[in-house]
Amino acid sequence: MPVLFRKTKEMESKIDDYLDLVIRGGLLFKEGLKYYLTGEMDTFDERLASIDSLESEADELRREIENRLYTQTLIPESRGDVLGIIENTDAVLNVAAETLMMFSVERPQFPTDLHQMIRDLGDASVTCIEELIATIRSYFRDVERVRDGTNRVLFFEKEVDTIADRIKRKIFHDDAIGHLSLKMHLRDCIEDIENISDTAEEVSDRLSIAAIKRSV
Amino acid sequence: MSWFFLLSGLFLGWSLGANSAANIFGTAVATRMVKFRNAAVIAAVFVILGSVFSGAGATETLGNLGAINALAGSFTVALAAAVTVTWMTRLRLPVSTTQAIVGAIIGWNIFSGTPTDFQSLTKIVASWIVSPVLAGVFAAFFYLLARQTIFRLKIHLLRRDAYNRVALIVIGAFGAYSLGANNIANVVGVFVPAAPFPPIRIGSLLTISGTQQLFFFGALAIGVGIYTYSYRVMQTVGNDLFKLTPITAFIVVFSESLVLFLFASRGLQQWLLQHGLPALPLVPLSSSQAIIGAVLGLAVAKGARGIRFRVLGRIASGWVTAPVIAGLLSLIALFFAQNLFEQEVVATEPFELSPEVLTHLKENRISTESLLPLEGSTYRNPARFRRILQQTGEFSETELRQIFEAARVDTFHIDTTEVNKGVLTAAQYRSLRKLQGEVFSHHWEIQEALARLHPEWNIDLTQSALERKRLREVLEMISTSCRIS
Repeated sequence: MPVLFRKTKEMESKIDDYLDLVIRGGLLFKEGLKYYLTGEMDTFDERLASIDSLESEADELRREIENRLYTQTLIPESRGDVLGIIENTDAVLNVAAETLMMFSVERPQFPTDLHQMIRDLGDASVTCIEELIATIRSYFRDVERVRDGTNRVLFFEKEVDTIADRIKRKIFHDDAIGHLSLKMHLRDCIEDIENISDTAEEVSDRLSIAAIKRSV
Repeated sequence: MSWFFLLSGLFLGWSLGANSAANIFGTAVATRMVKFRNAAVIAAVFVILGSVFSGAGATETLGNLGAINALAGSFTVALAAAVTVTWMTRLRLPVSTTQAIVGAIIGWNIFSGTPTDFQSLTKIVASWIVSPVLAGVFAAFFYLLARQTIFRLKIHLLRRDAYNRVALIVIGAFGAYSLGANNIANVVGVFVPAAPFPPIRIGSLLTISGTQQLFFFGALAIGVGIYTYSYRVMQTVGNDLFKLTPITAFIVVFSESLVLFLFASRGLQQWLLQHGLPALPLVPLSSSQAIIGAVLGLAVAKGARGIRFRVLGRIASGWVTAPVIAGLLSLIALFFAQNLFEQEVVATEPFELSPEVLTHLKENRISTESLLPLEGSTYRNPARFRRILQQTGEFSETELRQIFEAARVDTFHIDTTEVNKGVLTAAQYRSLRKLQGEVFSHHWEIQEALARLHPEWNIDLTQSALERKRLREVLEMISTSCRIS
């Protein structure tokens, strides 16, 4: 029996490994943002390099999972949904890595009184990713809990929107930031961070539908 | 020549394989959980095993309905059923091999003048109604059980998929075995009384009887049907008729197979009787109707949404149209086979109205006064015997059947080594041993001889219905085992 299900076990752990990478990517993003705001640029660059290589590793793993799902005709009924979920989850990791890269290239200068709010924004975005990953795991093992999970993802996505909204208002109402182009640049950076939870929300929507389809 | 006569049965087997394998592996193949090639091999192998090892029970019931005693008659009856099935399938009308063959056999009974055994017919028709209901109840129960288990065990989707694949294959094999056991009667059952093959002895241990050889060839035809034509039907069943997930497919196929098995397994029947439990009759069923029943049961368990009542109408219409068409076709075909092609479709067999037979009939509350002038006479043509009986007195179809059964001359040689002792009590076995080596010409004589030796063989109204049924089953088993064909 164990021999019979060895391949299945391998696939299970590959999917788990892939989801672990996304979680680690989220944490690296949070750390990177923190070091950027405190100006510790060496440590920031280290985190950026780590998230970059993690992204490539995740891409490779994703391709392998997709390949195996098709070549071994596994879960024929849910294959399309699973592939969609995994690809979109990859987009979440990509957005997080791109945002850090953008910080490294464009070096936006945030006023100090915004730092705590930006850290809160980063934290809420990463919590959103973590809730998403927990929900994906539920989809595989305990489909009844997906509904609770997607609700939590939506809650943190709204939280991110609220914080981002407050930050953007501050940026545009604050006279300390003189130039409109500077205000627009900072707004774009905030929107990039916001994008992480938006992408997570898209995956969560897919999960809701996929879970309904999976009900026995 | 006997091979030529078998062709119609093989044709019927082929069409059964092409249609019924889809009820077992249809969803598994259509959802790509199991490859067609694997499904076809497993189905073919297990259909053969089921037919050869467990096919006898349902065949016997079909044999009771009408023992077609001439090979050309069997050929014509099977051909009428096969043509009905093919023709109705082409017209997209619901049809089952089982119902077609039953209709065709009744056609032979009418043609030959042999009274139809209404008890067997009622048993068969009632089982057709009971089987989809039972499959539905099983499916609903297993669905609720599976849902609870899956939610409690929290198995990973991928692992569940892997387990499901194995389960679909195992249940498919069980389904194919049950299909073979239950439905082989339809394919070659009508050839059994006129079985053309002598037994083959392999060494001193294994003897393959003529009937088993018949079952094997019939099952082989089913296998060929599965391999050559069932792919298309599987795609239709899997994709169009009912949208099932792999898990619900497993539940539906399991329920269907269980029902087919319950109505086919002689071992299970004997076990139930041994433990004083009511046993189900061994009757050939329609696997399509069982599976539709299972799907409906599942739908009810899921909240009874989206049940299409037209499907129920389809099931019921199959019960009526197929036997009627096959019966008419069989009558017409037998007429042409006998009169145009000059084939013997009804063999002559002796019926005697000896004083013993008349006494036996009187004891069974059949008025024998009108038969007294016929005492001592023998008839070889069933149609003529029937005509004379009807001219002499007014007998109902059931009474005619009883007279035929009592008057038919057969040879029974009591050999206790041929009898399954497990179903007998110690006293019953002892009295049977005393009859060792004796020869009887009527099956009821065995019961009367045994009852004289021990009261446990008495069938009377002080016993419960179950006890009487059990005793009748045991006596039937003894006479079948000791009949010299």
